[in-house]
Amino acid sequence: MKVDRRSFLSFVIGGAAGTALSPLPWKLTDDSSIWSQMWPWTPVPPDGEVVYEDSTCSLCPGGCGISVRKVDNRAVKIEGKKGHPVNDGGICILGLSGLQLLYGPTRIKSPMKRIGERGEGKWQNISWDEATAILTEKLTDIRDKGEAHTVAAIAGSDSGTVPALLQRFMTAYGSPNFIRTPSHRDTDELAVKTLFGAIGRTGFDVENADFILSFGSGIVDGWGSPVRMFRASSLWKEKNTTVVQVEPRLSNSAAKATQWVPVNPGTEADLALGIAAVMVSQNMVDTGAVSGFSGWKNELLANYPTEKVSPITGVNADVIVELAKGFAKANRPLALCGRGKGLVPGSLREAAAIYALNALAGNINQDGGMWAVSEADYIQWPDVATDKLASSGLRQPRFDGAGAGQYAKARYLLNRLAVGVNGDGPYPLQVLLVAGANPCHDLPDTQSLQAAFAQIPFIVSFSSFKDETAAMADLLLPDHVYLERYEDVPVGAGLAHQVIGLSKPVVSPQFNTRHLGETLITAAKAMGGSIADAFPWDDYETCLEKTLAEKWDVLMEEGVWVETDIEPVADTVRLAGKDVPSVQAEGDVNSFPLLLIPYDSIRLSSGYIGDAPFMIKTVADTILKGKDGFVEINPQTASAAGFSEGALATLTTPRGEARVRIHLFEGIKPGVIAMARGLGHTAYDGYLAGKGVNVNELIGPVEDPSSGHDAAWGIRAKLAKA
Amino acid sequence: MSTIDEKAKEVMDDDAAHASNGKDTGASGFIILFFIIGFTASMVLGWVIFPKLLYSQKQQPFSFNHALHVEEVDEGCESCHFFREDGSFSGIPKLAQCTDCHEEPMGESEDEAIFVEQYVTREREVPWRSYSRQPDCVFFSHTAHVIGAKMDCVTCHGHIGESESSRPYEYNRITGYSRDIWGKNIAGFKKNSWDRMKMDDCAQCHKEAGIIHTSSVQTERDACFVCHK
Repeated sequence: MKVDRRSFLSFVIGGAAGTALSPLPWKLTDDSSIWSQMWPWTPVPPDGEVVYEDSTCSLCPGGCGISVRKVDNRAVKIEGKKGHPVNDGGICILGLSGLQLLYGPTRIKSPMKRIGERGEGKWQNISWDEATAILTEKLTDIRDKGEAHTVAAIAGSDSGTVPALLQRFMTAYGSPNFIRTPSHRDTDELAVKTLFGAIGRTGFDVENADFILSFGSGIVDGWGSPVRMFRASSLWKEKNTTVVQVEPRLSNSAAKATQWVPVNPGTEADLALGIAAVMVSQNMVDTGAVSGFSGWKNELLANYPTEKVSPITGVNADVIVELAKGFAKANRPLALCGRGKGLVPGSLREAAAIYALNALAGNINQDGGMWAVSEADYIQWPDVATDKLASSGLRQPRFDGAGAGQYAKARYLLNRLAVGVNGDGPYPLQVLLVAGANPCHDLPDTQSLQAAFAQIPFIVSFSSFKDETAAMADLLLPDHVYLERYEDVPVGAGLAHQVIGLSKPVVSPQFNTRHLGETLITAAKAMGGSIADAFPWDDYETCLEKTLAEKWDVLMEEGVWVETDIEPVADTVRLAGKDVPSVQAEGDVNSFPLLLIPYDSIRLSSGYIGDAPFMIKTVADTILKGKDGFVEINPQTASAAGFSEGALATLTTPRGEARVRIHLFEGIKPGVIAMARGLGHTAYDGYLAGKGVNVNELIGPVEDPSSGHDAAWGIRAKLAKA
Repeated sequence: MSTIDEKAKEVMDDDAAHASNGKDTGASGFIILFFIIGFTASMVLGWVIFPKLLYSQKQQPFSFNHALHVEEVDEGCESCHFFREDGSFSGIPKLAQCTDCHEEPMGESEDEAIFVEQYVTREREVPWRSYSRQPDCVFFSHTAHVIGAKMDCVTCHGHIGESESSRPYEYNRITGYSRDIWGKNIAGFKKNSWDRMKMDDCAQCHKEAGIIHTSSVQTERDACFVCHK
């Protein structure tokens, strides 16, 4: 038998016929379509019981209530909690992305000690017992030598039990160096103290105001409690409330406002005083709640006539007069203070001028007005009984100089840490503890701060994330993230009443992390003596429950505790603070013809929490494209210098240099350039690291002459073709 | 004469030789034989070998006796496969439900020992393989069918409640889904309503029961997204 061509063809035809009559082709078609519709590598959330767990978001100071959707034990979505007094069902993009912080790759999964060179990223996992032992032995050694004051702690906040435990730990240990990270809160507290003569903060009844005059406050860019402000902004639209945004660039807040007043950067205080002068000269002021008016009035009228204010601020004289009239004649006018998200303190002169406007409009402690309120004082722990070593340590001056001499008015001056370590400080720092803060990225003049960190012999980070500061540490004691822990969240953030939220564990801890409160209590007990005595609680949860006392049950039940009926700290504003010289941008005009201002965006997390992968995807490619960050420039300024859209340029300031791309933007004043905060990370993960430029590397702190707070609103700069 | 021409001539000669041989029936017989061989081989491949290659088997973590459990409980299938308060269906029970009774070993079977030692004491969920799991693109509501349409479990799941041991779990190597969805019969023929559970089977039952929803304005029938979210 010979297999010839015909036989072969016949075989093939027979095969084809047989195949067509078998299920093979039809079943394969079906299967491949199923396979291609559901790639096996596409993640699918597991099926299971759906439950909602309520908690409080603490990713920013806003204090929103959240409702986390879980399928069995996995959290799958974060929603705003309906009916919550702060956000009533709303949520911001950062809060929405919280799960990526919980499950994402940036977590520090275990306590670790450094084994390579500092910053090299070589770590060894250790047990919590060993980690606590390393910390307490180090601290005990220093204390026994009588040098307890050479230990400092940086925290993102000083309200709530966890920061209070850290403060208490420092006191019992014997160091005066608890330092809160800088923010507009510093200026606000100082302004309340100066104008009202009392300790407290301001609160703004924005919902009931009918004329909003915002001096650069990012109403929809993350100022105050962001979701509350979004809602207020929508409410104003419905009620046709006039919103005036005074800002050098057309931010989202300016774009949503009724009127945008482009002002020369750094002259907001002058404009506020100019408006006040018009109100005074035209007898449109209510002096019922002010003191020291007559003297202040004469100086105001002499120094801030419209014709003088107009060229300084770059705002037309008739616009100033119209603003004054509109503001004074409104039923419930309200002026807001704190640039962008309020991340930088700013000058007392500016805050005092804007708060004076509120006082002159007669809205102090009124519906729709500005309130001076105290923090909820539920933390009533007995004073620490300090031993001899602690007492002598506490008698030492603060490392940052706050509270004494020329800095007498400041409580915390983290902006002075770098100069202190780099040679100007009263003594060398031996240990630095960092909790809930990322100063190595977030503080201006980052390079000096990193150089300072390199000189501190021992740094402990309590961060949950691999941030820039953790990268500089020697010992990592990772805290749970907010969805894994109990914590009280007292909310300031411009609320006119006292609100305390409760963070509850939504999921069990995912990694070998430990609650910071627990770490501190354990360390204190291990150190023994008066330090252990200062921490009588068995664990953090006991401490929290006892501290909150009768509020605990309410918080466990409702998740939030609200006190609306609060007595203002004072009713009268003593007009002051305008005589201080204004804060100028660093740098000389001839070498640096432009002014660089940083700006905040709700899509870019610019505090301790790095931008989550989901958020960075939403950043426009006129801000960040690939790895390149953009600088906004007016087309007029750009064409004079020969720059076109997308061109590469070298941006130089007195503090640093960076490669940027040009974005032509008509919404910015000529001669001013702007750059977003929150980019240029070197740490975290591939979604965030190496993207854009950290504007803090280009800007240095400028001390407010009246307090020492960093009041830099920008810096002089120049652009050259790259 | 070129080489190509020579070859062409050879082929012609060859064909001519076959043509002359074709006078006896041998040649066409071979052709038919080869057709049959090809046909048979591909039929064997498609009907016998292909299913064996397409499906793979895995054993369940341990054998489960449905019959025994059904006898012990009061509410039939729903005693363990219950509806949650929000109407969603719980599916395969979680360990917590089992440990309500199985805190300690009940009985002395080998499977019971595996269950208690490997899962109960270690607090690990049993990684059961689900015979009836539909592909992820399919949304199926048990509530609509069992509570709404008062259908019996058996209609779709067969007499699994009477089984005394767990049969091997067969899954499709390409899609990764259970063989029960396409059905045991590779041609897709079925004798019972529970033999397969493809889209056509959903449609067939809906048609027979006269249940035509009109969620789609265009077709006045069910819209795709009712089941394919």
